Amino acid sequence: MRKILIAATAVLLTAGASLFSASAADKLKVGFIYLGPIGDLGWTYQHELARQALVKEFGDKIETTFLENVSEGPDSERSIEQLVRAGNKLIFTTSFGYMEPTLKVAKKYPNVHFEHATGYKRDKNMSTYSGRFYEGRYIQGVIAAKMSKSGVLGYIGSFPIPEVISGINATILGAQTINPNIKVKIIWANSWFDPGKEADAAKALLDQGADVIMQHTDSPAAMQIASERGKLAFGQDSEMIKFGPKAQLTSIMDNWAPYYIDRVRAELDGKWASEDTWGGLKSKMVVMAPYTNMPDDVKKLAMDTEAAITDGKLFPFKCPVMGQDGKEVECKGGDHLADGQVLGMNFYVKGIDDTIPGK
Amino acid sequence: MQLVLEKRAERSTTIALVSPLIAIGLTIVTMSILFAILGKNPILALGVYFIDPLTDSYSLQEIAVKATPLVMIGIGLSLCYLANVWNIGAEGQFLIGAVAGSWLAVKTQGTGAGYWVMPAMLLLGAVAGALYALIPAICKVRFGASEILTSLMLVYVADLFLDYLVRGPWRDPAGFNFPTTAEFDPVATVPVLIEGGRLHLGAIIALLVVAAATVLLGKTIKGFEIRVVGAAPRAARFGGFNSDQLILLTFAMSGALAGLAGIIEVAGPVGHLQPGISPGYGFTAIIVAFLGRLNPIGILIAGLFLALTFIGGEQAQIAMKIPLDVTKVFQGILLFYVLACDSLILYRFRLIFPSPKVSSGTA
Repeated sequence: MRKILIAATAVLLTAGASLFSASAADKLKVGFIYLGPIGDLGWTYQHELARQALVKEFGDKIETTFLENVSEGPDSERSIEQLVRAGNKLIFTTSFGYMEPTLKVAKKYPNVHFEHATGYKRDKNMSTYSGRFYEGRYIQGVIAAKMSKSGVLGYIGSFPIPEVISGINATILGAQTINPNIKVKIIWANSWFDPGKEADAAKALLDQGADVIMQHTDSPAAMQIASERGKLAFGQDSEMIKFGPKAQLTSIMDNWAPYYIDRVRAELDGKWASEDTWGGLKSKMVVMAPYTNMPDDVKKLAMDTEAAITDGKLFPFKCPVMGQDGKEVECKGGDHLADGQVLGMNFYVKGIDDTIPGK
Repeated sequence: MQLVLEKRAERSTTIALVSPLIAIGLTIVTMSILFAILGKNPILALGVYFIDPLTDSYSLQEIAVKATPLVMIGIGLSLCYLANVWNIGAEGQFLIGAVAGSWLAVKTQGTGAGYWVMPAMLLLGAVAGALYALIPAICKVRFGASEILTSLMLVYVADLFLDYLVRGPWRDPAGFNFPTTAEFDPVATVPVLIEGGRLHLGAIIALLVVAAATVLLGKTIKGFEIRVVGAAPRAARFGGFNSDQLILLTFAMSGALAGLAGIIEVAGPVGHLQPGISPGYGFTAIIVAFLGRLNPIGILIAGLFLALTFIGGEQAQIAMKIPLDVTKVFQGILLFYVLACDSLILYRFRLIFPSPKVSSGTA
């Protein structure tokens, strides 16, 4: 019996090995690490859409593999390495928490190329990429100030990291162009995705007098609450109109497909190089969902603002930017804040009556 | 004719030995059907799950890395459960251990401190885990509070405390406000055993813990006390065993092991303190403890086996595009069968043939 088992195992293993190697012959293998389950909306879903776009674009030339629901703890390093060992030559790790693990694996496998989303550490074989989501936030600020009757906006934050802080600041700077006295109330969910907490936060914000809800979290819970109460809200990451047909004003949507297609093409052509990409409305990495549930004049204003940012005529962080203490923030980028200042943003602008947690 | 479950006069030792094998057999049959329904070759899929990870040193190392915290925590929990004390908060003790050890790593960062740092961190982790576990133990002994609830609630306290530290005082100053400490210095890191791999000193410590627990339970009076208090509390009282003291002791020991596992994980595979350092090790270890029948060697095997299903499940996702959910279904089915088969140790099936003539005659 034992011998039969061993023999059977051996046959299976060789059969398995030949199966895998046959398909791996000359295709470029592209791997993805996803933070959440794919679902049908949100951060991970947008990356999955881009992966599907890759398959459509390159067909038989590539083979894609993904691992979903990979926690940002000690497991992620193993998951990334598993993809390398399975023969993937270009690997996208799609959440900030994979930064150190990606870097470790990248150092170990210099011939494999890595693409890390939203981080700041790079290497010869490790690029970073992210979206200028604050550009969309600025437009949302303009719309929100126009639509709000109470002059109070509700903001559901995830974590007080620079990306989220710069989003809050951009929103307020946009809103102040319409209503200099605009107020914002901020609740931290301390999570990227927690429908229960997000719904509670939305209720609390509405109870406190906010009438437009914006979120930097992933679920449509806040949109549903706003919709139930006849208030307005903005979607996040994906189109969320079906959760609030009468509530959604617009949504900032992540569009990774053009970037992924560029990078895979570069890899196929042997021209891949380590880069730092920060794409916005112009490169269409950030896309606004249709402007809905607003009068035509607001819609026109929103579209004009979007066009101005896209054409490089309007910078959300145009100098002078005033800090909470009323002092002008040093302007390192000529007539607007430098990218580094936005990427590391750790202060609120004037007009926000709150403090950053842990500061 | 009727099929009934009947209590056995005594535990069946044959079934106790065979039941895990029956369970695994049934799991394999069920999973094969599931794979076939999904349109995957069941034999290939099972091979990817169970055989492939055992065939190269990389995967074997990864299994050991994954099993290390599970086994360490599981051993500690088994001591509690044997004494009929219910520590559900190992996850919190794991986190507090990680926090306490990291304190030293953060404080000595860049000071050129010597090689005493890492051992001291491990000691701090174990002590802090034990102290944290003593909170529910003391509440139970002094006030009769349910240790199940108190130990569980303290998990969330530990989680949020860690969260506060890495977002506030311990945040990496060069880290753009992201919630993590800086990477630990080399002297504050648990060394890797094989160059280029991830297998670390913690695996050896876990084996030592297994050996120590085997001796404790098998050869010492304390071990005997733990088992008697759990199995026959009245007899233990007559025997003069102090059950309050045992509650404190078992909680402290399991807390120490969970805390040690926590700091080893942070100073080893992770390399810095951040939220989300545990994908629920403290809770998975409860399953490991019971899967291993509260026996140290059994827990070692159970921990390795559960780790194998994690690694195998990941490889199945890559090699055969089998969804992650199937891995979870797989683990669930396995546990279901193990528990179901275990009931056969104490019960047996019997066919009962009713005699209708007699019953109708008397009625």
